[in-house]
Amino acid sequence: MLNRRALVADILAGRGETLLVTGLGSPTYDAAAAGDHALNFYLWGAMGSAAMIGLGLALAQPERRVLVITGDGEQLMALGALATIAAERPRNLALLVLDNEAFGETGRQAGLTGRGVDLAAVAAAAGFAATLKITDANDTSALVKLLYRTPGPVLAAAKISLEPEPLVLPERDGRYLAQRFRAALLGPARATR
Amino acid sequence: MSPARPAAHDWARDVHRVLSAYEVRQVATVPDAGLTRLLELAATDRTMRLITLTSEEEGIALATGAWLGGARAALLMQSSGVGNCINMLSLPALCGVPLLMVVTMRGEWGEFNPWQVPMGQGVRPVLAAMGVKLFPVERAEEAGAAAEAAAGIAFNGGLQTAVLLTQRMLGAKRFADSE
Repeated sequence: MLNRRALVADILAGRGETLLVTGLGSPTYDAAAAGDHALNFYLWGAMGSAAMIGLGLALAQPERRVLVITGDGEQLMALGALATIAAERPRNLALLVLDNEAFGETGRQAGLTGRGVDLAAVAAAAGFAATLKITDANDTSALVKLLYRTPGPVLAAAKISLEPEPLVLPERDGRYLAQRFRAALLGPARATR
Repeated sequence: MSPARPAAHDWARDVHRVLSAYEVRQVATVPDAGLTRLLELAATDRTMRLITLTSEEEGIALATGAWLGGARAALLMQSSGVGNCINMLSLPALCGVPLLMVVTMRGEWGEFNPWQVPMGQGVRPVLAAMGVKLFPVERAEEAGAAAEAAAGIAFNGGLQTAVLLTQRMLGAKRFADSE
């Protein structure tokens, strides 16, 4: 079992110009804890949206790597999106699912990945270019290679512990986050239009 | 003898022209019979990418990502798909994301299938409750102007709009037609 904060900090240390979308709840806090960045788009709601925001962004910015970090429950709500993404074959899109086999935000109720549902296998069956399951910090170099350098779409599922982490809350005004992201990516003149 | 019917107005061409004029690059859909020609026009337009979804709410998230990346998207769907989008409409509402939807209506005028009625009748109150501005179209000749108005307010104002192509305009599907 991996520690989510250490894993996300490791992954984001090498992000370069990568565009990042984070699913609601702990993935958003994990990314904030690793260091705020104008090219982070933090979700605080809209469960099930993270992967498809990643697809729209990846198709709009084909020269940039797009990384989505989300949780197992959030990705299970968007299982269909894995099919949609696989069919579109965006070479620059990577999904990282932080899998604690539970709904961590709502009281740690048991999720479905603890009962045999395998998100990496689902993505592979849908047609993702590459997938990876990791359970051990020794595998993080393979994870970094997959997320940043392997032609996409790729999905990695990382088994993480359910230990609670301190809350690190980023900005939650959606307009601000969206405009900040667009200003950083497209230039200030296009932040709002 | 019945008089010859005039050729039906090609509303799909008009709507496609609006999508093109507004530089819509990602056209997302769960298809509907009433959208067939518009989807064909999008599929053969080299400036547009037609993206087939498994469920309509994916298109709301896709449009948000497209906009974050500096591109514009539109979502084309049947009225039943509007119900799948409700919570996801929080995303563009909260983030000021322009969203243009084109909805082919069922369950409102000459509908043969009662299973289409609850969501068809629910489209307007549901979208209005989520803050979406509505542009219903009763006549094919007005579809282009409605799409222009809806696209303008969406893309210039960071708002969410829906062109509702009514069943009265599209013509009710006959029982013998394929579902």
